[in-house]
Amino acid sequence: MPEAAVWIIIVAPLAAAVLNGLIIRPLLGPTTRLAAAAAISTIGLSFLLSLWALIAVWNNHEVILPLHEVLRVDEFSLRIGLLLDGLTAIMLVVVTSVSLLVQIYSHGYMSEDRGYVRYYTFMALFTASMLTLVLANNLILLFVGWELVGLCSYLLIGFWFTRPSAAAAAKKAFIITRFGDLFFLIAILGIFLLWPDDAPITFVLNDPDAPVDLLRAGGTVLTGAGLTWVCLGIMAGAAGKSAQFPLHTWLPDAMEGPTPVSALIHAATMVAAGVFLVARFLPLFDEAETARTVVALIGGFTLVFAASMGLVMTDIKRVLAYSTVSQLGYMFLALGLGALGPALFHLFNHAFFKALLFLGSGSVNHATGTFDMRFMGGLRRVMPWTYGVFLIGSLSLAGIPPFSGFWSKDEILGSAWSHGGALGTLLFILALSGAVMTAAYIFRALYMTFHGEYRGGESQESGATQNAHETHDEGHGGAPHESPRVMVAPMVVLAALAVVSWLANAPGLHWFTDMLEPLGAHAEEIHIVPAALGLAAGLLGIGIAAALYRGGAISAPSISGPLAPLARLLTRKYYLDELYEGVVVRMALYGGLWRFLSWFDSEKGIVDRAVNTFGVVGRNVGKGIRVVETGQLQTSLTVLSIGAVLIVAAYIAWGG
Amino acid sequence: MNAFDGLITLIVFLPVLGAAVIAAFGRRESRVRLIALAALAADLALAVYAWTVYANSGPIVEQLGAYGSDPWIPGINASYLLTIDGLSMPLVFLTALLGVVAVLASWHVRERVREYHMWLLLLLTGVQGVFVAGDLLLFFLFWEVELVPMYFLIAMWGTGHREYSAMKFVLYTLFGSAFMLVGVLALRFAVGSFDMQVMMLEGQAGMIRPAFLTLEAISALFLIAFAVKLPVWPLHTWLPDAHTDAPTAVSVLLAGVLLKMGGYGLIRINVGMFPGETERWAPLLVALAVISVLYGAAVVFRQTDLKRLVAYSSVSHMGLVLLGIASLGAVSVTGAALQMFAHGTITGLLFLVVGIVYENAHTRHIPDLGGLIARMPVVGAVFILAGLASLGLPLLSGFAAELMVFLGSFAVYPLATALAALGIVLTAGYILWTVERVLLGPLKARWRTIRDASAQDTVAMALLVVPIIAVGVYPALVSDVFRDGVTRLTGGG
Repeated sequence: MPEAAVWIIIVAPLAAAVLNGLIIRPLLGPTTRLAAAAAISTIGLSFLLSLWALIAVWNNHEVILPLHEVLRVDEFSLRIGLLLDGLTAIMLVVVTSVSLLVQIYSHGYMSEDRGYVRYYTFMALFTASMLTLVLANNLILLFVGWELVGLCSYLLIGFWFTRPSAAAAAKKAFIITRFGDLFFLIAILGIFLLWPDDAPITFVLNDPDAPVDLLRAGGTVLTGAGLTWVCLGIMAGAAGKSAQFPLHTWLPDAMEGPTPVSALIHAATMVAAGVFLVARFLPLFDEAETARTVVALIGGFTLVFAASMGLVMTDIKRVLAYSTVSQLGYMFLALGLGALGPALFHLFNHAFFKALLFLGSGSVNHATGTFDMRFMGGLRRVMPWTYGVFLIGSLSLAGIPPFSGFWSKDEILGSAWSHGGALGTLLFILALSGAVMTAAYIFRALYMTFHGEYRGGESQESGATQNAHETHDEGHGGAPHESPRVMVAPMVVLAALAVVSWLANAPGLHWFTDMLEPLGAHAEEIHIVPAALGLAAGLLGIGIAAALYRGGAISAPSISGPLAPLARLLTRKYYLDELYEGVVVRMALYGGLWRFLSWFDSEKGIVDRAVNTFGVVGRNVGKGIRVVETGQLQTSLTVLSIGAVLIVAAYIAWGG
Repeated sequence: MNAFDGLITLIVFLPVLGAAVIAAFGRRESRVRLIALAALAADLALAVYAWTVYANSGPIVEQLGAYGSDPWIPGINASYLLTIDGLSMPLVFLTALLGVVAVLASWHVRERVREYHMWLLLLLTGVQGVFVAGDLLLFFLFWEVELVPMYFLIAMWGTGHREYSAMKFVLYTLFGSAFMLVGVLALRFAVGSFDMQVMMLEGQAGMIRPAFLTLEAISALFLIAFAVKLPVWPLHTWLPDAHTDAPTAVSVLLAGVLLKMGGYGLIRINVGMFPGETERWAPLLVALAVISVLYGAAVVFRQTDLKRLVAYSSVSHMGLVLLGIASLGAVSVTGAALQMFAHGTITGLLFLVVGIVYENAHTRHIPDLGGLIARMPVVGAVFILAGLASLGLPLLSGFAAELMVFLGSFAVYPLATALAALGIVLTAGYILWTVERVLLGPLKARWRTIRDASAQDTVAMALLVVPIIAVGVYPALVSDVFRDGVTRLTGGG
């Protein structure tokens, strides 16, 4: 595959963003339909090229592309190029296909929005950034894509910026992920520091011509504690982007953006970036056992932790958001066990069914004007298509065969199972209990939304003032109705993928694992016991949801008795927002340290006084003010500034 | 390609020439503005021309008189020596560029327009002179020249406690200058001439034998002078006052180039002439740099005046310049120089945008603002762009500079660098919070009729947006030039 064709995968959506932002919007106005055409056609092109890339990699395992030096300062040489291997090829197909479907769907969803062109500008840029991150063969270029993905998520989560909640959510997403990026950056600095002097550092990931490159550095030039710290830094960055505990709090708020944005963020871009990053650097983690264990434990803990909150949310997008956090936890758990294949396979399947579920929730919002499931119900009768695809997505997420989620979740359960030992057992138990909760929360959502009787939608919701702060009206509504074809069609495609995407790694076929084989993945066998237990867990969860919610809605606040404190803990999200924003930022920093320092810095404080009273300066400031007040300013200043010149003059006489 | 004789002299004195023309012919206000704009546009064109000359044939030198045999000022062995090398070139360009921006940003100044522009032009001559002086006496004189116009610009055309702030600025700088003067004299005695090139060569060879004071003390004298200017905690307290009360154009220049005189002096004199002594001071400087970064950022969060907020962010970002310089490696010092250039364009742009907001809203009190982007899409978009550049977003100039500083300094001071890197999170925090409070959310009723940028404002903003993006996308554009200058100074390749 020629290099230019690979670059076009990135450049095409980038060109659409530039065209939309700098030409179409200023010349043709903020709602012209041409913007969608630009975005959809270019991302379509990227998708086709990605398929080409997939085939090229399939044939050769890896496509070697040249590197170009763009910056050189002494020993530091920055060489930019693209890396096309199995991991990249799979990511490319996931990103471009989901993005393409989301863009098409958006044409219907955003058709009434006054920011239509701006929307497509940001979405195209988002896609281009994610593709840069995935294709980069240089850590610095990867970091550029990484940060631009963060920027685009900021712009899109805060898309409806006149709403204070959207502006706040956008800021929160950027700052929390940036906190992770700080450690990622320090990891990059650490690599630079630990790199031996005799091998010039280029930050290139894969360079067959060099004696050592970044992906081969683990155990050779990066070793011991240094490597562990580097890996932990990479994981911290990944935890921020992929919303893993304790940096997960931004993702549930991120649904302030338009729903198709959530579909993209939760499936193909942004959160997938963290998993991709750790997967990309797995060769380093392989040499740092401690760091890998940390990855597995964070994943294992997060998957249960997030799923538990998904059980009580009343906002359908929040349920899905916690579901994403939880499912990403599964992927990290697998990566921590070194199971690259299962992790990527789950990312692949999850991308389709999660995008589907989000688009489904957007379709429901389109019909009812609300995201609050307490005001939905009975929608399967008026929205048969949406119901059908949402059911497929839910079955897939719950891990019911033959839908795709079952197969990859089984591989992850199998990895923990065969890992054995205390760690393997613990992770297996976590993954299994997560599976019960997963099935329970998604079927709870399904029942509350589509079964029972319709509970009034937007009009009822606006009556229920105590919940006003949780509304996310996106300007749709009226009597519930099925969504237009432009929205249904992408969902049907995604539903089809949620049914068949597992065939890519079906037992006996293993195309998927073969692609990743050079990176250390190997075909997983079917583990009968964990598969059976996983299926049982899924059925159990569905059963619980059916028992409690089939007839109608029992919302979290109505849970009483011994479970009430637990329910409150869950609905308040374990009070982590209160801890981060209330205790740390507002009290300790804004009201504490920063307040003290700004007092310390003020004229009444210490620094200014100390410096002012330090000899001449203090007296002269006083004098200066007095002089100003008495109007002798000019004289005084002349004396002051000419003083220096006089000294020089005296010196001339003296020196000469 | 060779420079014509007097190119540097013209770059330095063209602004003053403009001031003279204004004095002679500037009867009408509109004519004053056009003369100033023409003089500075020509200056910018000359700076660009000088850059092409530099790119083709290296450093440019101009000299009247020779040291020793035939000095310009006999008796003290001083010469009129101007040099543009790799370290000066981008800063000369930056000064000329910000000069044009400053005139455009002054379009709304209505009081005593003539005097205002004359001071502004004189100020630019002083700054350009500092960046090109090859003779230490000349360096010192230009350093002092810049003070007087700054004083009058703040005291007469400023806002708030303008006289107090202006005087504070002058006295702090004079306080630093007093130390520098002693250093200049001591150095002159030790070396025998004011030739900075000779000082550098002897300094790097360890051949400077001071007649009075130790080398360590002399380097400390210069350090204090430059630390006040940069500014370095705890000598920074003049800066928020001066910025807050200065007129917009002066804030742009203050942040954009005047602070860079401090960084430039540190690199040219402390790193270039006293490498050994600077290395001994380095741990202290690194500590002060980290304090500046974190302390500046912490104080930003409590500010309610938009301009004061940007001023404190400057303290934080200039801390990174000091960190890069004090780490004393080619990468880190080049990064520090690039950070000076980047900060000059980014913070210059932030002050410009804040000034436009103030001009239209007549307030800088953040709680009073809100939702402005709905009525000010151009200003809002540029505000966000400048903010993103400030928080180090890749493809904008701040990122490359910060990354180079961090890469260079992490190898020497890993812990300090990691602490300073915390600044990128804090910056993201206060920038986005400010954007949220000023631009986003519902538009407040009183701003329903607020106007967006004027034509002059738009041109001025564009002049700064272009280098921010250009250097961000291709940092080598500027970093290669700085690197040449820095390696010449540090005695390497």
